[in-house]
Amino acid sequence: MSDNTLKVKINGKQIECSPHETILQVAKRGNVYIPTLCHDDRLEPYGGCRLCLVKVDRIPRPLPACTTPVADNMEILTETDEIRKIRANIIDLLLSNHPNDCMRCEATGSCTLQDLSYEYNVKGARFYGEKWNLPIRDDNPFITFEPNKCILCGRCTRICNEVVMAGTIELTGRGFRALPDTSFGKPRTLKNCEFCGQCVSTCPTGALTDKKGRGKGRSFELKKVRTTCSYCGTGCNFDLNVKEGKVVKVTSAYDAPVNHGNLCIKGRYGYDFIHSFERIKHPLIRKGDRMHTVSWDEALDHVADSFRKLLKKHGPGSVGGFSSSRCTNEENFLLSKFVRTVFRSNNVDNCARV
Amino acid sequence: MPVKTKTKKSDLKSLTIRVCVGTGGLAAGSQGVIDEFTNQLKARKIKATIVKKCVNKTGCRGFCAKDVLVDVIRNKKTETYQLITPEMVNTIVEEHIVKGEPVEKWLVGPEYHEFHNRQTKILLHQCGQIDPEDIDAYIAIDGYKAAKKSLTLDPLEVIEEVRNSGLRGRGGAGFSCGMKWDFCRRTPVTPRYIICNADEGDPGAFMDRSIIEGNPHAVIEGMIIGGYAIGAELGYVYIRAEYPLAVERLRIALDQAREKNYLGKNIFKSSYNFDIKIKLGAGAFVCGESTALMRSIEGKRGMPRPTPPRSVTRGLYDKPTALNNVETLANVPLIMLKGADWFTSFGTKKNTGTKVFALTGKCKNTGLIEVPLGMSLKEIIYDIGGGVEKNRELKAVQTGGPSGGCIPAKHIDMPVDFDSLTKIGSMMGSGGMVVMDDTTCMVDMAKFFLTFTEDESCGKCVPCRVGTKRMLEMLTRITEGKGKKGDIELLLELADTIRLGSLCGLGRSAPYPVMSTINFFRHEYESHINDGICPAGACKSLRQYLISEEFCKKCGKCFRVCPTEAIIWEKKQFAQLDKSKCIKCGSCYDACPFGAIL
Repeated sequence: MSDNTLKVKINGKQIECSPHETILQVAKRGNVYIPTLCHDDRLEPYGGCRLCLVKVDRIPRPLPACTTPVADNMEILTETDEIRKIRANIIDLLLSNHPNDCMRCEATGSCTLQDLSYEYNVKGARFYGEKWNLPIRDDNPFITFEPNKCILCGRCTRICNEVVMAGTIELTGRGFRALPDTSFGKPRTLKNCEFCGQCVSTCPTGALTDKKGRGKGRSFELKKVRTTCSYCGTGCNFDLNVKEGKVVKVTSAYDAPVNHGNLCIKGRYGYDFIHSFERIKHPLIRKGDRMHTVSWDEALDHVADSFRKLLKKHGPGSVGGFSSSRCTNEENFLLSKFVRTVFRSNNVDNCARV
Repeated sequence: MPVKTKTKKSDLKSLTIRVCVGTGGLAAGSQGVIDEFTNQLKARKIKATIVKKCVNKTGCRGFCAKDVLVDVIRNKKTETYQLITPEMVNTIVEEHIVKGEPVEKWLVGPEYHEFHNRQTKILLHQCGQIDPEDIDAYIAIDGYKAAKKSLTLDPLEVIEEVRNSGLRGRGGAGFSCGMKWDFCRRTPVTPRYIICNADEGDPGAFMDRSIIEGNPHAVIEGMIIGGYAIGAELGYVYIRAEYPLAVERLRIALDQAREKNYLGKNIFKSSYNFDIKIKLGAGAFVCGESTALMRSIEGKRGMPRPTPPRSVTRGLYDKPTALNNVETLANVPLIMLKGADWFTSFGTKKNTGTKVFALTGKCKNTGLIEVPLGMSLKEIIYDIGGGVEKNRELKAVQTGGPSGGCIPAKHIDMPVDFDSLTKIGSMMGSGGMVVMDDTTCMVDMAKFFLTFTEDESCGKCVPCRVGTKRMLEMLTRITEGKGKKGDIELLLELADTIRLGSLCGLGRSAPYPVMSTINFFRHEYESHINDGICPAGACKSLRQYLISEEFCKKCGKCFRVCPTEAIIWEKKQFAQLDKSKCIKCGSCYDACPFGAIL
């Protein structure tokens, strides 16, 4: 490595790092766990939840790991008594304005707040007082917002503005009354929202959930099947969440090389066709007025025969290939290769050019 | 500016009238007084004989309790009148100006002179003397000379001079101004910016407002010097929209400075370009926090971001930015003009210069004061403030507003400077100073400041957003007699979490009022919780009402105002209180003209 390599010690463990890394990044690389609520690798560091506070040598007050850049020979402790106490109190404060109805919460099992309360053994009874009692907002087909469960980590608003750049939601109000909301609190429609569900994907609690998947299974009941989106050629990966042979929702695959967990409305919510009874499940050939179910062999033979007849009768210029932008680059290449070498035609095009 | 007149009727040779037109003065009706003076002088044909206008407007002189204050300088002899209304102007003109006999009964009393004489005014002196809407008035008192001189020096020399003066940031934290500029200049990124923080939001503090209202050019000049020192070509003044008069005066001053080429391209005929923009704040206290302020100027939601990186390396638009308080910047021209040595002659070794405080609360003379740093609290309260109202016993002094803590009466001999205040668990803050006597309940006081911080929390970090809310609720429960054993310990633990865990200075300092009151007045908390008694008698819910037959005149006023029929009364009978129905609202207490309700 270059001269710019720094050395830091986290809990006594020496780790090499570069100057622009944050403590959290270095800790993750060194397999040191630091709890976070407001951090998402896709977003700019925020420093709002204060759970990632760590003790840095010679600095009297604890520093947030997610925003503090490393310095050479920094000595960092992530689990001192003082730090653990602050974290426990912060979780306690969050629970003091939380419905704590994990029994029927959609996010149970995949909720960071729940995990942290378990980890820090926090009941949420020490601090008490006014709690939010706001109505559930589900006046749209895709996203359910339960404000009472919101912990104001700001991840939804930041992903909406930093990554999607849709500007649908932003924090409104301030202090105890601050809340992520659409402008003027209007319902989400296609006019103000892309319904990409990115906000849902990043929400660490049950405040934002997929409306279509609600009540259809807890996270631990669902089998995650990694797949590639079939809607366009970008090749986003996501996980189909399957329960009893049925897809109940789509969740982000954060380690996906192409999209890092980001998805659009089609990938995240356009899965209805999978179990649609109108879905075509077999090849069909029109004979007379009616479509007849046939085998793949029969169908492909039929296509090949028809092409052969056309080529014989009218020559290569009479046929062509028109592929779809839902295909991948490789698939499109194969089609063009096929048309040029087998049909010996240059009539190749793609729907994306239209 | 004494002006010769040719009045034959009297021996009037020169005449200047100064009327305070700070926000306090205007609220007391100084515009009417000015108009009346102008009319009266006109009617007596005095004005016609005077070449220049003799009725001058001045900024606030700090003693707002006695506004409208009017200086009549007749034949170079100054007399000051207090509490002047337009109706009194006629007499003053007749008796004093024409005949030369000051109207004794309306002159200021000894407390006015005491209030002023004990102070060391280097900033406020100019405020009360010159017309803030006239650049020439400022130039006449050596204004802009310092900027002119600085532009002939090397920027590093300017920084060195300011550093040698020991000037510390007057916004609260007390960071060395010269060092800040030095860090900013050394960051190899351009453009750089200089910002004047005029988003003064502490309840009861109005130092910055008075300086801008009284002498806006000093701030502008300070910014020119600072901008030159760090190498900025653009400065911003972030000022609260709630200060319309200060904004207006600043606009006028900026226009006048641009006209004279003190701002703009090649200012003072040098190769240096500098201009200043005004950005109005929208009423959020947290926007006085440096990083939130910069987000606000950028047009984003005013929320702080964690530091490091600090603003001097990555500030406004991610460029190096020096952010200074109004008072800090107003000091700069004086330092550059008179030298660092002159400045260090005020104050103490590590706390040089003077500091403007807003002295309020249960103090005889309230208002704006300027004293050298290191003056003892006792001198401020008893010599300048004239002691506690109604000669009651001093209980504590709160400094630093909602971010500070209280100092109990036993520490009254302590010097008031940055380090001593921090040591005792309070802070300088922007300079609010609230005097409290034995009728102030310390729990209630902590609750008051927590109400403010809870309301002003931006909501970004959990300890501040939820922590201050829960803390306020706990304090409210204690003042209502619903406190529980263990509450004090829980308050202290929560205070620790908020102090250590919060993101910005607002949250980190929010628990100070609670911590310092528990530290010094724990017994008050205990008696609220354990005995249900408020020792100061300030918490309404804990009051016990009694009707004294000794004082009761059987008038029935208490009976009529009681909303719950808790008072039993018939004509010519003593009133009686049914405690089971009483909700302790205090209506009867307020209504009784004889003090029979205890």
